[in-house]
Amino acid sequence: MAIKNSATQRKENLAGYLFLLPILLGFLIFMLFPILFSFILSFSKWDFMKGLSSIKFTGFDNFFAIFKDPWFTSSLKNTFVFAATTVPLSISIGLILAVLIDKYVYFKNFLKLSIFLPYISSIIASAVVWSVVLHPSYGPVNELLKSLGVINPPRWFGDMKWALRAVIAFSIWQQLGYVVLVYMAGLKGIPNELYESADIDGAGKVRVFFSITLPMISPTTFFLLIMQLIGSFKVFDVISALTDGGPGTSTTVIAYYIYRSAFKYFEMGNASASAWIMFICIFAITLFQWKYQKKWDNNN
Amino acid sequence: MKTMGLGHKITKMSLTALLLIIVITMIAPFIWMISASMKYEADVFTFPIQWIPKRFHLIENYSEVWMGKYNLLLYYWNSIKITVISTILQVAFSAMAGYAFAKINFKFKNLVFTSLVATLMIPDQVTLVPKFFIARWMGLYDTHTFIILILSFSVYGMFLMRQYMVTIPDALLESAKIDGANHLRIFAAIMLPMSKPIIATLAILKFVWTWNDYQDSLVFLKSRELFTLQLGIKQFATQSGAIYSLIMAAAVCAIVPLIIIFITGQKYILEGMTAGAIKG
Repeated sequence: MAIKNSATQRKENLAGYLFLLPILLGFLIFMLFPILFSFILSFSKWDFMKGLSSIKFTGFDNFFAIFKDPWFTSSLKNTFVFAATTVPLSISIGLILAVLIDKYVYFKNFLKLSIFLPYISSIIASAVVWSVVLHPSYGPVNELLKSLGVINPPRWFGDMKWALRAVIAFSIWQQLGYVVLVYMAGLKGIPNELYESADIDGAGKVRVFFSITLPMISPTTFFLLIMQLIGSFKVFDVISALTDGGPGTSTTVIAYYIYRSAFKYFEMGNASASAWIMFICIFAITLFQWKYQKKWDNNN
Repeated sequence: MKTMGLGHKITKMSLTALLLIIVITMIAPFIWMISASMKYEADVFTFPIQWIPKRFHLIENYSEVWMGKYNLLLYYWNSIKITVISTILQVAFSAMAGYAFAKINFKFKNLVFTSLVATLMIPDQVTLVPKFFIARWMGLYDTHTFIILILSFSVYGMFLMRQYMVTIPDALLESAKIDGANHLRIFAAIMLPMSKPIIATLAILKFVWTWNDYQDSLVFLKSRELFTLQLGIKQFATQSGAIYSLIMAAAVCAIVPLIIIFITGQKYILEGMTAGAIKG
């Protein structure tokens, strides 16, 4: 770029902001203002029927209130359980499937696409199908269990003990295709010579997996770990479609709590406060990512 | 690997068999769904499962879902309307912004870009409550317009476009600039045609996301006649006296467009979804 006089620079400025106009408007109205407003609300009590002037600053009251609310503490706990199970399970199952499909099977494409099918399908429609298939009284799964001699099969999504597990199973089923796909793209990046030299050294398949594939694929694992963790802290559709947080508080999660407080109980302060708690969780994951991303990249 | 021994072949075949079993179990709910959607209601839950119905109630079920009491046609139309308009708008806005960040040197460019990208960390839930009030203040609560507006703005789309456009060499634009072309000309005549692959990727991903969007329609729509397909399906499933064969037919209709789009746009979808991963 040559040295510019101020007139051309002004023209560049104008052009730049004109091209940005729609996205900047969207940013101001649907992002910047809502963030500030939500921040204010999280520290206030507001009877919104009485207009903006009735917003009263109440310090950390909302935060104290939600931590006393069993619905919130259950939501927080369930979110952590959900993240701590779905993420490692989908990543490890996904990696094993990806490696097998990549190297050791016929009908590669068919297998890959079938695993991807749940991911591409609408969560709501899939959830509806699952809740019918797992119908406690006449769903085919329980019919099968009964015919195998299980006298009292779980009531799945209607069962205090099983609901969260069933939701977790659904999520893994739904996400697995994405994990497999990203891993298969990552596996293409591992140079073949590494495998060949391991072959010459007579290393077994399991050895090769642990000493070549696993370390070489670790940047992809790291990426998936972060994305899946963030995704599971935000999970909403699955819960809303399958259980509405029930039975009791057994499957409620932070995102569902926010929705419930805001749009069922109209407690905008509590909803905003818990939204910021969710942000803090996600921000912590992002900080972890920033800290270790460099280390990870340097090692590989 | 070229000279595969018999042992290898047997391992490969047994692993294939194992994976086929796993995968078929995974897609069994869908097969069950398709099968149930073609059955008489009375036959839906017969056990052992009749994967291929003994008697068919296919046309009756589907016409009931589309034209009869479930009114799927309306929900379908609502979803298509919202999805198509917001996809076009989002791709256009993202391409414009992507061009500005990639090829125009304006003041505070880095600051604006960083602030936009930083908001990727903010979960939707933070802005959900304020957006609800914005909708009400604008008089747009319970309208498609509001959903389309919020779904047309995407930092992620802008980011994807910018990352691609940055790789298009400046030299290609310089000659056009010397010929006196302004930014609008360069954008329309050079950048857009050259960015076709990323436009296709974003458009398809965005289409799928919007088609599947549930939370926004749940929060911002109230009237039944404005419901999107996802809300409609959820409604069918939860209302009392659910008719399962019809619910399954509706689910088939919700999933089929996604599968068609996926099969036709496979290449772009896979590229878009793995783009971030490979860069690491």
